[in-house]
Amino acid sequence: MKDLTKDDRLVIGGHSFGSRFILGSGKYSLSLIEAAVQYAGAEIITCAVRRANTKEHENILDFIPKGITLLPNTSGARNAEEAVRIARLARELGCGDFVKIEIMRDTKYLLPDNAETVRATEILAKEGFIVMPYMYPDLNTARDLVNAGAATVMPLASPIGSNKGLATRDFIQILIDEIDLPIIVDAGIGRPSQACEAMEMGAAAVMSNTALATAGDLPMMAAAFRQAVEAGRRAYLAGLGRVLTRGGAPSDTLTGFLHD
Amino acid sequence: MDDRFLIEDPTLSPAALERKHRLENDPSSRTDHMAYLPGQEQIVSDIRERVMAEVAAFDPSVYTGKDVARALAQEHVGIEGLKALLSPAAAPFLEQMAQRATVETQRHFGNTVYLFTPLYIANYCENYCVYCGFNCYNHIRRMRLSMEQIEHEMQVIAGSGMEEILILTGESPSMSDVQYIGEACRLARKYFKLVGIEIYPVNVEDYRYLHECGVDYVTVFQETYDTDKYETLHLAGHKRVWPYRFEAQERALMAGMRGVAGSALLGLSDFRKDALASVLHMYFLQRKYPHAEISLSCPRLRPIVNNDKIGPQDVGERELCQILCAYRIFLPFAGITVSSRESKSFRDGIVKIAATKISAGVSTGIGDHESKYAGKDDGEGGDEQFEINDGRSLGQMYRDMAGEGLQPVLNDYLYV
Repeated sequence: MKDLTKDDRLVIGGHSFGSRFILGSGKYSLSLIEAAVQYAGAEIITCAVRRANTKEHENILDFIPKGITLLPNTSGARNAEEAVRIARLARELGCGDFVKIEIMRDTKYLLPDNAETVRATEILAKEGFIVMPYMYPDLNTARDLVNAGAATVMPLASPIGSNKGLATRDFIQILIDEIDLPIIVDAGIGRPSQACEAMEMGAAAVMSNTALATAGDLPMMAAAFRQAVEAGRRAYLAGLGRVLTRGGAPSDTLTGFLHD
Repeated sequence: MDDRFLIEDPTLSPAALERKHRLENDPSSRTDHMAYLPGQEQIVSDIRERVMAEVAAFDPSVYTGKDVARALAQEHVGIEGLKALLSPAAAPFLEQMAQRATVETQRHFGNTVYLFTPLYIANYCENYCVYCGFNCYNHIRRMRLSMEQIEHEMQVIAGSGMEEILILTGESPSMSDVQYIGEACRLARKYFKLVGIEIYPVNVEDYRYLHECGVDYVTVFQETYDTDKYETLHLAGHKRVWPYRFEAQERALMAGMRGVAGSALLGLSDFRKDALASVLHMYFLQRKYPHAEISLSCPRLRPIVNNDKIGPQDVGERELCQILCAYRIFLPFAGITVSSRESKSFRDGIVKIAATKISAGVSTGIGDHESKYAGKDDGEGGDEQFEINDGRSLGQMYRDMAGEGLQPVLNDYLYV
């Protein structure tokens, strides 16, 4: 039996990780970070740069445990230029070279702007950032992101914070099938079963926040996500058995009359 | 005229007293409150028409418990559902509304609560708004802080750990002009991560200047959306012009501000209609400017210097809670601020249901933060706009919020 943390590591921009659960940044609290690391096994934690831009009281950066990779995001950016400025600031703050691009021009649904995201990816990749762009699952955009130098592609599963799961399932599957970069499913994953399904489909990792943040028992839910992500990954690696969609398996094949 | 607001001031000159009485008693002596004054910019916008059409069609008495239950069963509550939630029929559903609002708040904001403080830098005012402590006929200690005094106040506030500030003035474009406010905002950017303003409405060009000075959020209270009632309460001054005030947030967004906030002052007129208008005002603004961050407040009338009889009328805490739950259910993504006008117990409760931002370390007076924060009272401050109810310091508020299981946030903002 494979030890997933050793034999099946997630590789992003030359860095490898034993966990395929990434903590998103939507609802930040310090207890959430603790639970995600301790019980969900998260090795990457997203952090909005705007939220880290604080003086004394409980700066999030001070609460990221050692050995955890910080993934600053550009939340608050409304276009590529703003995202680039925020990414550079993150680097100045000592957040490293990883950056998750989030560009929204809509405060209601927080849907990503794909075109601006491609532009920001190109600029930041040239500056040596390991760029992880959050995007609406569109194959053409995904290809543009690959060409722009993205390290992963991060399609949304459903509207952020909605906990509605894989509303864009078929389109994410196309990205998984066609794009030669890790596809990390981001936003909308509300249940461990949905995370498991994304991993079964072949997603490289899932990112979630609200599902944990709004759970009744945070550590318990974090542990459930860990198991779900691992189960989905193992199922993907094992190769899913066939699922009959209608009728039973015929004992005599329809093509049995063919002799050559 | 609603007599409870009126204050007889023996220090006024006979001429001033005569003018004051004429404004109060003779409607024909007052200007047209729907006509823009010279210099007040008119923009092209259909938002006012859309809001007022909905308010005109809103009869709170026609809704039943069934309408409320139907609204609460919907995943996305529309304008009809919102009206049901604001109606008297929703009163028995308050706990269910609170449960639903809590889910929406947690889904969009988690357990975070943002903290900020207001800083009044001047209390001169050229308006006669009968319910306001700063009104030009109220005999109070007037003051306008110098830049040195403002910086000192900011140092005291920043020293407490506060990172977001809201700069306020009385409404006097002559005593606290836009340049003066802009300079104060430039100073504020030295000490704070986020600067908002709550000042008299200005033109797009002036909002653009203030934006360049570091302001990114603009709050304007419409007081009441009932234009006839507005006319009887705002008897003189530029604030008397209702439509210019209504369009302030839109002008601010046109000038590049990131976010705007607004509300009626609940208790001045029919609070259900004013609540509907407040939330739809912000709703239609966000539809037209999808990038805008919108926020609602919920001020109720409070006692003022020289008149302790002013209060929130028929808007009790249960009604206020109902309004805030309706706001949250209708606009799950909007910020909701609850000011120190409300009690500690109300604020502690409502932040778990619907509110996302509360003030701490508040003074609505002028130049008295050092006395309030450090106990150094030199008696030189300007009088307050209204009496606050919850006087907790930042440190106390931070501890109390954390004690309630919430994550206090001092800044979630970046100038880009």
